[in-house]
Amino acid sequence: MKYSFLIAAFLLVTTISFAQNFNVNGTLVEADTNFPLLGASVIQKGTSNGVISDFDGNFSIDGIPMNAVLEISYLGFETKEVVVTSANFLNIKLETDSESLDEVVVVGYGTQRKKEITGAVSVVSSETIEELAPTRIEEALQGQISGVNITATSGAPGSGSNIRIRGISTNGNNQPLILVDGNVVVELSVVNPSDIESISVLKDATAGIYGVRAANGVILITTKTGRKGSELKFDYNVYAGFQETTRKLSTLNATQYGLLVNESFANNGESIPFPNVAPLGAGTDWQDQVFTNAIKLSNDFSMRGGTENSTYSFGASLLSQDGIVGGNKSNFTRYNTRLNFNTEILDKIKLKSGLTYVGTSNKGLAQNSLGSVLFNALNNDPTLNVLDDNGDFTLSEGTGGEVINPVAQIANTNNTTKVNKISGFFGLNYEFMKNFSAEANIQFNYAEVEGRTFNPIAYYGAGKVFNKDRSEYIETLNTFNDYTFDAFINYENTFAEKHHLNVILGTSVFKTEGEFSGSIGFDLEGYNFGNASLSNSSDVINFFPNGNATFDSRLLSYFGRVQYDYKGKYLLSAVIRRDGSTKFGPDNRFGYFPSASVGWIMSDEKFLEDSSLVNFLKLRASYGILGNDGIPDYRYVSILNGEGVYVFNNELIIGIAQGAIANPEIRWEQQETFDVGVDARFLSNRLNIAMDYFDRRTNDLLLIPGVSSILGNTAPGSSAPFVNAGDVSNKGFEFQIGYNDKFSDDISFGVNYNFTTLKNEVLKVDNGLGFISGGGFGIGQGDVARMEVGMPIGFFYGLQTDGIFQTQAEVDAHPTQIALGANAQPGDIRFVDTNGDGMIDLKDKTAIGDPIPDITMGINVSFDYKNLDFQMYVFSSIGNEIVRNYDRNLALTNRTTYALDRWTGAGTSNVNPRVTTGATGNGIFSDYFVEDGSFVRAQNMQLGYSFSEKVITDIGLDKLRIYASVGNVFTLTKYRGFDPTTSSGNPIGGGFDNGFYPSPRTFLLGVNLKF
Amino acid sequence: MNLNRKNVFGICLTGMLLSLIISCSDDFIDVPSNDPNSEEFFNTEEDYQRALIGAYDMLHSTYLNVLLGEIASDNTLAGGESANDVPGIQQVDDMIHTSENIQLRDIWGWMYAGVNRANFIMEFKDKTEFTGKNEVIGQTRFLRAYYYFELVKWFGDVPLVVDERILFGDQFNVDRTPKAQVYAQIEEDLEFAAANLPASQAEIGRVTKGAAQALLGKVLLYQDKFSESANVLEAVINTGPYSLITDYSTMFENDNENNAESVFEVQYTDLEGAGFGCLQCSEGNVAVGFNGIRSYTGPTFESGFSFNVPTQEVVDEFENGDNRKAVAILDIDAWAALTGATFVTGFEHTGYYNRKYIARQGDLNTGDANLTNPNNYRSIRFADVLLMASEALNRGGIDDARARTYLNRVRLRAGLSEVTSSGSALTSAIYKERRVELVGEGHRFFDLVRTNRAAAEIDGFVTGKNELFPLPAIEIELTGNRWAQNPGY
Repeated sequence: MKYSFLIAAFLLVTTISFAQNFNVNGTLVEADTNFPLLGASVIQKGTSNGVISDFDGNFSIDGIPMNAVLEISYLGFETKEVVVTSANFLNIKLETDSESLDEVVVVGYGTQRKKEITGAVSVVSSETIEELAPTRIEEALQGQISGVNITATSGAPGSGSNIRIRGISTNGNNQPLILVDGNVVVELSVVNPSDIESISVLKDATAGIYGVRAANGVILITTKTGRKGSELKFDYNVYAGFQETTRKLSTLNATQYGLLVNESFANNGESIPFPNVAPLGAGTDWQDQVFTNAIKLSNDFSMRGGTENSTYSFGASLLSQDGIVGGNKSNFTRYNTRLNFNTEILDKIKLKSGLTYVGTSNKGLAQNSLGSVLFNALNNDPTLNVLDDNGDFTLSEGTGGEVINPVAQIANTNNTTKVNKISGFFGLNYEFMKNFSAEANIQFNYAEVEGRTFNPIAYYGAGKVFNKDRSEYIETLNTFNDYTFDAFINYENTFAEKHHLNVILGTSVFKTEGEFSGSIGFDLEGYNFGNASLSNSSDVINFFPNGNATFDSRLLSYFGRVQYDYKGKYLLSAVIRRDGSTKFGPDNRFGYFPSASVGWIMSDEKFLEDSSLVNFLKLRASYGILGNDGIPDYRYVSILNGEGVYVFNNELIIGIAQGAIANPEIRWEQQETFDVGVDARFLSNRLNIAMDYFDRRTNDLLLIPGVSSILGNTAPGSSAPFVNAGDVSNKGFEFQIGYNDKFSDDISFGVNYNFTTLKNEVLKVDNGLGFISGGGFGIGQGDVARMEVGMPIGFFYGLQTDGIFQTQAEVDAHPTQIALGANAQPGDIRFVDTNGDGMIDLKDKTAIGDPIPDITMGINVSFDYKNLDFQMYVFSSIGNEIVRNYDRNLALTNRTTYALDRWTGAGTSNVNPRVTTGATGNGIFSDYFVEDGSFVRAQNMQLGYSFSEKVITDIGLDKLRIYASVGNVFTLTKYRGFDPTTSSGNPIGGGFDNGFYPSPRTFLLGVNLKF
Repeated sequence: MNLNRKNVFGICLTGMLLSLIISCSDDFIDVPSNDPNSEEFFNTEEDYQRALIGAYDMLHSTYLNVLLGEIASDNTLAGGESANDVPGIQQVDDMIHTSENIQLRDIWGWMYAGVNRANFIMEFKDKTEFTGKNEVIGQTRFLRAYYYFELVKWFGDVPLVVDERILFGDQFNVDRTPKAQVYAQIEEDLEFAAANLPASQAEIGRVTKGAAQALLGKVLLYQDKFSESANVLEAVINTGPYSLITDYSTMFENDNENNAESVFEVQYTDLEGAGFGCLQCSEGNVAVGFNGIRSYTGPTFESGFSFNVPTQEVVDEFENGDNRKAVAILDIDAWAALTGATFVTGFEHTGYYNRKYIARQGDLNTGDANLTNPNNYRSIRFADVLLMASEALNRGGIDDARARTYLNRVRLRAGLSEVTSSGSALTSAIYKERRVELVGEGHRFFDLVRTNRAAAEIDGFVTGKNELFPLPAIEIELTGNRWAQNPGY
């Protein structure tokens, strides 16, 4: 826009103005793709003289005076002004504008102009996604949108993410509802990111139109499709590169290990295992043995176009990624094809349809747990070689039951999980009379998940829990099938040119069902992973002897929505839903859930209309109650799906037993959400700001309380009932600011920054105890994380430390610690007697941290100079803690080098306790194991070069860009573990690091082609 | 474009909308489960039989009662890897356990799960008739008695709920029932079982008449009802199909399960895998893996976690020439010297292992091999019946001669000389014999308590307190803070 003014100014001084009217002809195309633009408006500025471009993007406009300004506008594109200086044919290119206020955003059963949205909705455009080139969509959301916090469950290829919109509000599933073109998707991994046109995130009560499943927010993904009247265009994107670990922990080398082991034996008066440490040398760094550089490769191809009445698109992609641990043993491969077709079958009858096939194949190694590959790499004896003199894997002796040779572990791991999924949608919209339309949509997903695992006979050392005396073969097949059927009637009208009204009445049904089956067989000597099968196994046991497990859950909803605005300035939207769920008993099955939002576009008021500073200013507020039914089926009735198995005549006899304990009283969990926000744009739309304050309160939280076990809930296959027994509050502030400017034709610059604060507080736990405990630390230490009134959900619950006892006098002056397993000695951790009862025991456990960040933020910088483009994106999480739980701490297990700073005598350390093989209380869960998990991560840096048009049009291309990118560039953190960004995501028990599989650093080279 | 086609489309679409709205009555979300609803079950004999298997299943979880009961006594130490290895077990060994003990809550919960599974059948016992139903009910009532007896042994007064499940919400209404009343119910159940069960079952592992009688005799003995106890135990001796097997050394081997001496045996198998996440779900004998030799390589035996290690004192209790000693006690150093086996010493290493119930080679080792040992638990052996009968006859002042006869049958089989004493000397001889005959089998602690000898024998035992274990504090809280804690806790 700016440059057209420059041109205008230039023209004004260099040309002689004279009164002559032209007939101006031209063509309009999309700048990126050279697609002709049908239906764009071309208006002589300041007049009503205007035309619309035709099918080929051509326009012809009469009576244009010299130096008149043509204003060319098209929905979703930056409006462009062109000064007419001659009757020459005009070739005009319009730039897409993701920031446009006129952009249409999908908001549930319809679309709305961004300007008129009254809820807290954030949008990520396809450009952002292209710039980040993520392998998973979560990587494009992470840090881009305020209020959305994403942590990886693991850095392993194909593993999922925890997506949290505005905090943790329920004890169960906190994942938001994800819809891809209206299809419910549980796992984002099935979507190819380059298929995505845009992502909208509904964060407040306006998500309420989606009802039940929207209680944790909604992520709406729209895939790319063709545009009407555009010629067939092709896209081809490819990238390839490799990945490496971002970090190796510094473990003791063999000599350091030998000395420290000797010291710990000596401290307990035992003879030392390594009388001569000299020959030990550096030994084996097991991390070097398991980490590897791994390839990552992606190809995707798409074509799209449109005729006068139809649009269509087709895409196919292939992604293959090896793991940085184990390489091909943790490979993830995804192939995907997608077809969209929309048409006007008849005048006023529109059809939209789509079909997607996704196949994934994933191999996995034990991860994020005691006994995982990385856990073993950290803890295995460094004096051992990988192989012994006979070429066999070395055995780990004396390192406890769980620590084994990790290379042997990788070699013996053989598994694949294959997913085949078909999704589709089909919808009809009919304008059956003026102002009225009716629409019906059906969406379905069908998936088969097939798992194969082969465990050969393995011996890792005496007493190892991973030893396999019999080879095993496991085969599972799970099928999932769901459909959603929506139908609604829409009325839209404007009265007296001021009152705009839109009313929707509709119904929605959802059904999801599935079946689980699986068997295990034994003794497959002579077989391998490739040819093992149940038919060549012996003693085959069906996991579901009473018939395959199945589920069938359904939702039935009726909804109505009224949207009203006065002159487009005062906006009001109200929704009421009646939702019914199979999860609840007959008396509690239905709930009524209202929500409403209001908006005021202040910038359209007289006092701001002509402001040169403020281009746009909107105030908005929303309030609503959403229902949540996120619990398993049939918890209101006692079902016989427990385990009842006994032995007669030395054979397994399958009986029947009660499953989970029933609570007929369970009812809808309710999320009460309040949001107030401002959207503003300044400086000719170059600066935009959005701010929100939110207060989400979950009432009648569905949780599994501690219950008296006289109910029989500890029997095999049983569990405690759900009750509506808690309240949780999440309050916070979101701020988003962006500045985009084009300094000249050659230089443009953009920066976007956002942060979110979050305060999570449990308000009620009404289960008789006042808390719910969870989590696990070390071996067998439970109740280490809690949900308790006045505290953040899942805070860490352990002993508080007060340095190290330096002398026996200090020990004697302190309350006895004998209840922790041994009398304290100098060099042991001094624990705080928090309850003041004169002794240190587990009753002194207290709050020692929590895994919820106080503030998360992201910053995104882009800079274009001539043909070069550069993007960088950084996100950060501050104020969350992580528990270091990857040290096995046995006499002969290895340690990380902080153990070198141990206490060895008065004054040597006030942090790290002495090493000893004797009994101590030092391993009891305490704040010694809690670390600050704050971090800043540069997630992506990318440099691209687009060849100039002159070069590529000759070879028939519309666009050719090559780029290099680095993902996960660096992380600044004090956390000592592998990766502060991964988490199990459990509401209670998250934040315990058992050797997280780190997110890899990736180096990619890629090409984008359009033709 | 033709108007008719458009109308047809319009009609179709309207029709779809209407049919959707009509078809989606609220019934759409009224979906019955594919698994049977517990309220609508028991329509065939098969249903009763399947539910009965469920009630038997909880017997598998009694491995912990046996393990922890033995460790509580003066026969063994806790052992394990370190002082912090399963703190609940370590504390019971040292008699410093509190109401927070996790293992005690496991026993409490698992036994109530068994009671509930039996009561589920009893709640619907009149729903469907079929021939042989009394046998099903007889087995059910035996199992209920078995679980309640465990509860009474460990905890004293416990909530007694009969012929109905304890449903969610009921936990706030049930009270602790006096022990005598619980015993009365146990006796009634066992009498019914004895009257309705056959002397032998076609399927090995099912409860028999003799098992019901023997358990009844034991329950009566625990209440010092000597003559009733003697009556029923002598009925087992005289009319039951049981005898002492001659070769004691084969008693605890896996190829000699359910032998002539076995009155009631908990049936375990290695056919199915298991994990630490749900020990009670294992179909194997978890205690055997816990008892096993730490990091063992060598012949005959397999590795385990070195818990439940016999003390020198109990080893010394065997008389010279007692052929049971080498069966009950494994001297690991001697064994290693003999065979070249290697092992790692665990916490509180005594040099001895509980040889009756440590892991042996030759089983399938289905993973996790430590948790799926197939060794059946010989819950009631005929030797035990003889010794109980002997004790009842002697302590009840009924007939010392018969008491001596039964005692001496056990002694002769062990290769020892006959006892000739009577009166209190005979009582002592019976007590001593019980200890060595049954060492490692989980009886000792309760024998000491019921005969008021515990304080004298067990270090740390406090009279007036340690006769009973504490009710889990959390159970008291979660039932509305109405139950009084056992004295001393």
